[in-house]
Amino acid sequence: MNNTVKIAALAGAITAALAAHSTSANAAGQEKCFGVAMAGENDCKAGAGTTCAGTSTVDYQGNARTLVEAGTCTQIELPGGRMGSLEELDRDLPQS
Amino acid sequence: MPDRSALFDRLPSAPGVGYKPQHFTAIMDDASPVEWLEVHAENYMGAGGRPLAQLRALAERFAISVHGVGLSIGGEGRLDPDHLARLRHLCGWLNPASFSEHLAWSTHEGHFLNDLLPLPYTRATLTRVVGHIDEVQDALGRRMLLENPSSYLAFAESTWSETEFLDEVARRTGCGLLLDVNNVFVSATNLGLDARTYIDAFALARVGEIHLGGHDRDEDGEGAAILIDSHGRAVAEPVWALLDYTLARAGAKPILIERDADIPDWPVLAAEAARAGVVLNALGKVPA
Amino acid sequence: MSVAQSAFHDALFDSTHPAPPGLTDRRGRPAGKRFDVYRNNVAVSLTEALELGFPCINRLIGAENFKKVAGVFLRRHPPRNPMLLQYGADFPDFLEGFAPLSHLGYLADVARLEQALRLSYHAADAVPANAATLETLPPEALVGVRLRLAPAVRLVRSRWPVHAIWAFNMENGLKPRPGAQNTLVTRPGFDPQMTVIDTATAAFIVALIAGETLGQAHEHATGAAADFNLAAALTLLLGTSAIAGIEPGKTGA
Repeated sequence: MNNTVKIAALAGAITAALAAHSTSANAAGQEKCFGVAMAGENDCKAGAGTTCAGTSTVDYQGNARTLVEAGTCTQIELPGGRMGSLEELDRDLPQS
Repeated sequence: MPDRSALFDRLPSAPGVGYKPQHFTAIMDDASPVEWLEVHAENYMGAGGRPLAQLRALAERFAISVHGVGLSIGGEGRLDPDHLARLRHLCGWLNPASFSEHLAWSTHEGHFLNDLLPLPYTRATLTRVVGHIDEVQDALGRRMLLENPSSYLAFAESTWSETEFLDEVARRTGCGLLLDVNNVFVSATNLGLDARTYIDAFALARVGEIHLGGHDRDEDGEGAAILIDSHGRAVAEPVWALLDYTLARAGAKPILIERDADIPDWPVLAAEAARAGVVLNALGKVPA
Repeated sequence: MSVAQSAFHDALFDSTHPAPPGLTDRRGRPAGKRFDVYRNNVAVSLTEALELGFPCINRLIGAENFKKVAGVFLRRHPPRNPMLLQYGADFPDFLEGFAPLSHLGYLADVARLEQALRLSYHAADAVPANAATLETLPPEALVGVRLRLAPAVRLVRSRWPVHAIWAFNMENGLKPRPGAQNTLVTRPGFDPQMTVIDTATAAFIVALIAGETLGQAHEHATGAAADFNLAAALTLLLGTSAIAGIEPGKTGA
């Protein structure tokens, strides 16, 4: 693309974008993630119960024996996945 | 030195509530009888967005108390200078009516443990806590309030009672005290002490704020009850009774209703605050 | 004897450590199970912080599994500062290397998307640039213009359909179909929004984030896909308040 063509393309796109921008205050097709305020994270409460989470001695390191088949990943049905896992699709990879 | 006289006295002797973002609209609509709000400092240390916008809007209508939960004043290590700078920044732009923190530690060797961990009360820990509070007050240019912890165990090495320790810290640093009446009840039950005796021994003249929260009941495996400072339910009746006992001796104080778990709709918290307001009003009508 | 905070700290995270001696119950006996209250507080509160930050991962692997995984993570990567709103930055990389979940290849990128949403939520406010500025520039100056994006803008590129997986879990979206997805996170106002964008638009935005000129970014985009729609890309950025500054350059590309 030579420089003149490029400049024309940029200018044309910007004119179109500004026109679109002036007619709609907000583009369609986006989703809100936090319809209500995200809760604050720091507080000064003590966890309920005295023993549950802090005292487990189960070894989670490096094996899946303590993990149960659960969660929505079991519903995601795509070819080739164990436990509903998604198969990598190299042909769709962005080049980067 | 900036004048830091009685900065914590700017909280009204009226009911306040610990602020939760889900209550923003209800509070802006009608917060009565709540006259002031408390926020946890660490939740307002982000760069921008809704949390800070809400806090700015609230600060135009209410006195704000900034309550830190992560400074680790009782820590063996030095105070985190970055965190102190963040607090200074927050208190700088917000100019809150009060800043308070805990007699506890939560950071060790760069790990933040997100709990208010206990310390023994000895000559060594007194020196350390006094030094840290001096540092905080110098950095913020204001007096702070120091809160009594809820305890689940004791240290064999302690040579001071908690009330003596707090009084001595306040005397040496000029800081005020935040008296958590629920913590007194929880600690007294857990450590086999008498809550009223604790209140009798507390430096009530230095109290700039009172906390009231709910606790859970559990047991310690040795057949003894253990109370957990869960902030997950309404204030218990014996704690209201202990509040009456306290105010009869201390006079009217700013009273905060705290709820950090199983957070109900605003009217439930407003009703608890109203009860604190009734207690405060009755106080003025009864001869001391 | 004196209880060092390092002993307290070590015992908090490792329940095979006995509670430090010198801690007592109400009768002066060893504290025993009472020390577990603190162990519980630390583990529960940090697990809750992760649940708050990564609700989609929680749904994907199930609440019970999430608590177990969080239990491993919080011991290997405790918070480095008291701002829990920042806790979990290491979680995506941790998931990537966590053998028991290695068969769920998309987890780490879904966690990256959730982290991007949270960072966007707390990012600094920015005043949207006045788009009309672009009209005042002579056409030949446009190639040298730099568009500064708002601090709340994030781009998550993935070989997995991460946005579809997120929407399936969080908003009753359709079942995800195979394919790469690039998700642009913007924040007009206070609520982060997500938009799935094509590869060329992603290349365009990557170049803008890197501080390249409009002309250079356009070249990257058309290199990624010849049919790159610059007008649509600019409309998207302007419409989501994603452009915080328009800085005229001195030279053309």
